[in-house]
This record gives sequence, C-alpha cells and structure tokens, in this order.
Amino acid sequence: MADIRKEPADATPNVTEVATVDAPTEEAAVAAIDAPVSQGEPILQVRNLVKHFPLTQGILFKKQVGAVKAVDGISFDLYAGETLGIVGESGCGKSTVAKLLMTLERATAGEVFYKGQDITKLSGRALKAVRRNIQMVFQDPYTSLNPRMTVGDIIGETFEIHPEVAPKGDRRRKVQDLLDVVGLNPEYINRYPHQFSGGQRQRIGIARGLALNPEIIICDEPVSALDVSVQAQVINLMGKLQDEFNLSYLFIAHDLSIVRHISDRVGVMYLGKMAEIGTDTQIYDHPTHPYTQALLSAVPVPDPTARDRRERIILSGDVPSPANPPSGCRFRTRCWKAQDKCATEVPLLAIPERFVGGSTPASHESACHFAEDKDVVHAA
Amino acid sequence: MLLEVRDLHVEFHTREGVAKAVNGVNYSVDAGETLAVLGESGSGKSVTAQAIMGILDMPPGKISGGEIVFKDRDLLKLRTEERRRIRGQEMAMIFQDALSSLNPVLSVGEQLGEMFVVHRGMSRSDAKVKAIELMDRVRIPAARERVGNFPHQFSGGMRQRIMIAMALALEPDLIIADEPTTALDVTVQAQVMDLLAELQRELNMGLILITHDLGVVADVADKIAVMYAGRIVETSPVHDIYRAPAHPYTKGLLRSIPRLDQKGQELYAIKGLPPNLLHIPPGCAFHPRCPMAQPVCRTDVPPLYTVDENRRSACHFWKETLDAR
Repeated sequence: MADIRKEPADATPNVTEVATVDAPTEEAAVAAIDAPVSQGEPILQVRNLVKHFPLTQGILFKKQVGAVKAVDGISFDLYAGETLGIVGESGCGKSTVAKLLMTLERATAGEVFYKGQDITKLSGRALKAVRRNIQMVFQDPYTSLNPRMTVGDIIGETFEIHPEVAPKGDRRRKVQDLLDVVGLNPEYINRYPHQFSGGQRQRIGIARGLALNPEIIICDEPVSALDVSVQAQVINLMGKLQDEFNLSYLFIAHDLSIVRHISDRVGVMYLGKMAEIGTDTQIYDHPTHPYTQALLSAVPVPDPTARDRRERIILSGDVPSPANPPSGCRFRTRCWKAQDKCATEVPLLAIPERFVGGSTPASHESACHFAEDKDVVHAA
Repeated sequence: MLLEVRDLHVEFHTREGVAKAVNGVNYSVDAGETLAVLGESGSGKSVTAQAIMGILDMPPGKISGGEIVFKDRDLLKLRTEERRRIRGQEMAMIFQDALSSLNPVLSVGEQLGEMFVVHRGMSRSDAKVKAIELMDRVRIPAARERVGNFPHQFSGGMRQRIMIAMALALEPDLIIADEPTTALDVTVQAQVMDLLAELQRELNMGLILITHDLGVVADVADKIAVMYAGRIVETSPVHDIYRAPAHPYTKGLLRSIPRLDQKGQELYAIKGLPPNLLHIPPGCAFHPRCPMAQPVCRTDVPPLYTVDENRRSACHFWKETLDAR
C-alpha cells in the first residue's frame, strides 16, 4: 500500500483554497492539465457542485414543475495518490457525482477544479485532455463491455480517441502489456467478453481505465457485482495498481466494509449532500453524524459473538424523495435527535463547534447541529 | 426434524452437456431454527431451495436422486396436487427481487388476498380484510389506504415487506428466503431482517436463509451449511464456524472479506475461479484453489467427516485446517 495510506493525513482539511490557473489559450490550458502534481497535493477540488434534473409536465409545451435534486451543493478535495471513498444509499447522488466529475453530465451549478482549472467550463482540446486524465471503472462488468468487440478492441479503442498515447504500430503490444498488468493472460487479446468470468471482465474494465495513463480513476461500485472470493482479488489488484501508477481513486460504493478497507478518507452522502467526511478512522471509529452512525450500526459484522453486544440503530421509514427533500437538515425526518432547529437551519459541513481545535478523532467535518462522538462499529 | 434433505442430486441438461448443480446435499432444519446456506453464485444453494419448494424448471432441471423429507413425508414422492397444497400453506418462499416477483398489474391487496381465496376459499372482501391485517403485521404504514396500490408505488424495502407478508399469509411451518435483502440498502436491510427474525420467533417457523453475506449470517443464523460446486463442504453451529472454520474454503471466505471494525492490510484472496458446473474438477472440487491440496484431493472425493457432534467438514485435512489457524 502507498505511504499515504499508512499515515492517514489527519491534518488534511476537507477543502483547501483553490489555486486557480489562468489559461488564456487552449495550449496553456492543455499544458496546465498535463502538468504533474506532487503526492499529497489536491488534484481535484469540487466546490458547491449542484445537479438538478428537471421534472417537466406537458408534451408540446413542456414546463418545468420541479427538479430532482440529485446533488445539491457538495464540496470536497481529492489528493494526488489517495483514495477517497464515497458511501451512501441508493438515490443519495453518489453516482451522479461520478458522472459530473467525468463531465458526462453538465453541472447545474458549482465548480470542479482539476489542477486549478474549472472543468465544467472547458471545451475542445482542453476538455479532451482532462477526460484522458480522469477515467472510470463501471459497476457492471457484464453490460459495460461491448459484447461484439474483442478485448483487444475494447481496450485499444481508447487509443483511437487519444492517438498521442500510443502510436499505431505499438497498440497491440500496449494492450497486451495492460492485460498482463491486470493479471490476465496477454494471449486472450482476441477473445470476446462472454468468454470471461465476472472477475476477469472487471479486470478488462480496469485495463481499459488504465490504458491512457490517467491520474484519477473514478470507480463506481467496481466490485459489487462480484462473488466474495473474487472481490478480494480485484480489490487487491486495485491497491497494487494505485501504488504502481500513482493513481488517485474516487471509490464509490455502498459496501461500507470495502470502502474502509481501500480508502484513506471517506465521505458519507445523504440525499444529495455530504453528511460527514474524514479519514477512515474518524468516520468508522468516531462518527459524529447520526446518519453515519445509523448506517454503520446497520452493517452486519461477520462475528456472531457481536450479535447481542453491538448497538443497532434501526432507522424508521425510507429515504425521502430528492424531488422534495425535507427543509433544514435532510436527515431530520428519520433522525432520533431532531429538534425544531433542524427543520429551519441547514447544518453546514464543518467541524462541530464542540470539537473545534480538539485533538480527538471526532474533530472532523460533520453536517449536524447536534454532533456527538459515538462508536457503533465495535461491540461493547 | 421439520425438514431433512438427504443426498439430493439435481442436474440440468443443456446443449453443452449435463451441468451438475447439486451433488449430494444433506441438511436439515427444525421448527424455530434458522439455517443459513452460504455459497457463491453457482454453488447450488438456490437450486436446492427450488427443489425443496418444487418450483424447479423441469426440464431442463432434473432431480436425479435423494429425498426431501418434510414433516415425515418424502416430497419427491408426492403428486403435483399434494405439493401444490403444501406450497404456500406449509412452506413458502421469499425471493430476492421483489419487483419482478410481484405481479405489476395487480394491486398488492389482490395479490395478498389471493392466498386466502385460493387456499382457504374466502370471499374477495374477506380476503381484503386479511390483506390489510397482513400489511399491518409487516408494518407497512397506512395499510388500509395502500392496500389498493400497485407494486411500483412502493419502495424497495416496502415491496420486500409485501413479499414477506405474502409468504407468511397462511402461517407456514417453513420459510425459505433466497437472498431476501441483497437488493436493499443497508439501513433497510436491517429493518427487513429484524422483521423477519421477529415473525419467525412469533410463529416458531423454520427458516432457511440463502445468502452470500457472511455478516448477515453471523447476525441471524443458528447453524450454517457452506456450499461449493453443488456440495456441502461444511456444516456447523454459527459460533464455531466463525471461530475456527474446518474447511479451507470457509476459511478463505472468512479471511477474504474486509472488516468494518478494523483496517486491514492486504486482503487474503482465494486464487482462481469457481468451477464450471459442466466440468467439476475430480476429487475435491475445491482442490485447484486450495492452499492445502495434496495428491489425494485430486483423486478422492472427500466425504463429510465428523468434526464433532454438531460439525461436519468435507475436507481430507479438516484436522490440519482446524489446527493451522
């Protein structure tokens, strides 16, 4: 594992000041995008990112009657060489964040700074350069690979779009190298996806993500479709590749155990907002947001002796609709601590007042008016 | 014993050959007891359950041997009508995907009430009252107003509750739950598992929980049967197996899952892939992936050795596995 993982950056704040880069010409923008970033420096800085999907009514004269607030103002930094895990339940907006960072969706508002440049405003060659440096690994290895293309074509297609990475005559060898790197036999280059198992397909997806030597890989539920015994192989591979190629991962998943294993820092999302963010120890051993506590306490631990000794917080009800989220704190409708204040004042993502300046691991950013440190993972 | 599966064999005849999905499975469950059947995809855990319920697609499936003894009757010897009477009344099943298991064009009230109309000969209006009672019982809020709603109008957790309500409708003696919470979010999963466990206690039902989630098993099961390539590789009371697994596959599984409560270094990974059921390796099916494999494992199928009174392991080297912790 990388050095950055052994020594969690406890002092690293969630967001730092953005050093914007002024690039008047496209050449300057591309040069800035290709500039190296040293390990531990912010490489991606997300500020107040918003994505609303309009809800319309009528066929001919569509009028907007509302919006699904999939992502509603989130900010975080991703540091070079680290893994930032994003957890949350379905509908919390975590996959929309991935799409926004990939510029597959246009943000409604907010900025995404990649090495100081706002990628939501880029176009042309500069945007293409960003897209080369930020790659993605998808959840479902069965539908994310074209069944009519050979493995060689699937991975090699990236070089058609970015020919500068590998000259034409060199591509086949490059693809074989990539297959070798992800632990597949390079002779499989002419095979089709259906000839591989789920775990092998996910390796193909990872090889495709690596092909352009990206700096950031966004992984959206990369192992959730895999069997337990194969899952560990893929996770170990991702850890190895991170060290080898100095990658930054944004690791989106709903499995909290896997996220803890792979992440340096973890952000917890709820209904389009970041509820809490911190290092893995801060979040898992000292959660301060009630939602994080409920989420963690609901995860079954593979230890039958903990069965009756762990506190379980069973939330009532379901997640409200993101088209009509509750006022104030979004979690208040399911929260056992909710007071009048929670309905009127939106809690900000900041270190709670009572923990400011403290040296306890509870001193990390949490969007709750009544944050308190509570270990729900370990048996009493 | 409420249910006893004895040496069950199921095969599927496909164009590529005969896939041996279940190769001599033995397990049992008593009233009020929870048996977790653990295994990866293709291990035969769901096929066994379908054979018990009598909902296996035949053909291509074929039960080629064994007995399923339920309340002192061999189900495999019963006529179709008798099995149909048992299904729903005496044993019921909960499926993984509630949305595709419910009929999208019938209201949930009609689907719940149907159980009473078909099996108990109730009138539609009485059945509706029963349906509302059931929805209350699985804690669906505003049951009276929602009884006429269609499945798509409910959230995933609520739909799974409806599935549970349907399975419980006639108060069966045995429930088979096939990955009942896999499709659900973790906070909803906790709600649903809680509900299921509570209702099981209340009605003193036997529960077969089919899952791949070692966490869920640790939370609710009394005993475990671990399946691999259509065979039971280990059976044990829940506490023993987590403390000291007696089969290298179980041991590998337990070591390969990341833990919520501690930060691990590298994960242990079982090498290789689960076998193709058309070509199950000779001898012990796990030998190509096993760190302890010896020549004997390639030739001799290991029987279920007795580890102690309550534990069995299908490994020639179960003693060594237990010792080498």
